[in-house]
Amino acid sequence: MAAPGGVEEMRSRVVLGEFGVRNVHTTDFPGNYAGYDDSWDKEKFEKNFRVDVIHMDESTLEFDMVGIDAAIANAFRRILLAEVPTMAVEKVFVYNNTSIVQDEILAHRLGLIPIRADPRLFEYKSEEDECDEINTLQFQLKIKCSKNPQAAKESSDPNELYINHKVYSKHMEWVPLGSQADNLNADFRPVHDDILIAQLRPGQEIDVLMHCVKGIGKDHAKFSPVATASYRLLPEITLLQPIEGEAAERLKKCFSPGVIEIQEIKGKKLARVANARLDTFSREIFRHDDLKTLVRLARVRDHYIFSVESTGVLPPDVLVSEAIKVLMGKCQRFLEELKSIQRK
Amino acid sequence: MGDEEDTGKPRVLQMVRAEGADKSCVTFVLHNEDHTLGNSLRYMIMKDPEVEFCGYSITHPSESKINFRIQTKGGLSALEVFQKGLEELTDVCQHVLSKFEASMEAYKAQKDVNME
Repeated sequence: MAAPGGVEEMRSRVVLGEFGVRNVHTTDFPGNYAGYDDSWDKEKFEKNFRVDVIHMDESTLEFDMVGIDAAIANAFRRILLAEVPTMAVEKVFVYNNTSIVQDEILAHRLGLIPIRADPRLFEYKSEEDECDEINTLQFQLKIKCSKNPQAAKESSDPNELYINHKVYSKHMEWVPLGSQADNLNADFRPVHDDILIAQLRPGQEIDVLMHCVKGIGKDHAKFSPVATASYRLLPEITLLQPIEGEAAERLKKCFSPGVIEIQEIKGKKLARVANARLDTFSREIFRHDDLKTLVRLARVRDHYIFSVESTGVLPPDVLVSEAIKVLMGKCQRFLEELKSIQRK
Repeated sequence: MGDEEDTGKPRVLQMVRAEGADKSCVTFVLHNEDHTLGNSLRYMIMKDPEVEFCGYSITHPSESKINFRIQTKGGLSALEVFQKGLEELTDVCQHVLSKFEASMEAYKAQKDVNME
């Protein structure tokens, strides 16, 4: 652990003081610190770098990425939000829409529905390209509301009175283009069946055809594959002196539950940091003049706790892998360009 | 200056050198890039002890390009440093990807064991 106030602390910890956050920026560049060799060392990086998966289910992933700089961790986060491609409704052909939802609002709502389709199976469609099986997915939404003849006379419940009065995403039907239907694994549909698109009344109908294309979140947020993708630095709480008795109880209350634990040693209560990871840095400690000088709050500069929530289009671990590949692709793009310049 | 070259292909990379400057001071214009590549590449290049200065700026919010400046010590070619930075960043990504996939695999295997 880095000692408070030392060079090592400046290099490896972000310190959260009462009146400001110190050592925010990365400073470990060659020439900045006497006695340190900060030039890029591939072996050292590969030895120290690690990834620990904390939790994963169908839509969320939490993992620790340790031993990397903010510049690169942030690139992965930014790519997850804005540059990992997905499929989304881009064009809506309205054949009939007599609902109270205007055409353009309806089209916008349809665009935001996550479509379960692996974007890696498709290619980008440019303005000039014709729609075909490799760049477009087609869906149809054709629904008409009518009165329910079986409804009780005195009923006032719309669910009983009308048939098809709620239009859900499950009503979107995939219309295969070209050879798309030949692929037995193909099952393209919205991720969720129960997204309410519009409400109808008897006589009203919606008849639209949708074209989904591949795109990225930079172009429009509907293409973003994640609900959230964020990271935080691992908290580190250090007790600079033993804290006992009533002060220990107060200290415990200053932090999130589970952060500080109280041990009974020879009938005396002694505070101990049990799990700093759980803390949210509420800064409550700074309201206690006697306690605030006994504790150091810091974050570990190269320990990133990533949290990725997928919209359901792809599993979250696949999204992270794709994001890393996107950054590699960016480097390759420029390396190839350099090669072609040098050949000239 | 348009973003299209004479060939009609969109521009990817331009190199700008001030009049009288040698090959050690170059501004690269990276088209269709932002902080994502700019900052991570800057970090990799700043790690090189032969680099005097490295920085980037986004010219204007509505232009999707960055100016990426490299100045080296002792007459070393900025182009070589730029290329080395890109190669090192690729290696970093490669390593992160393999470590991530290995950890993911281990987690899934452990989960399956716990399920049984």
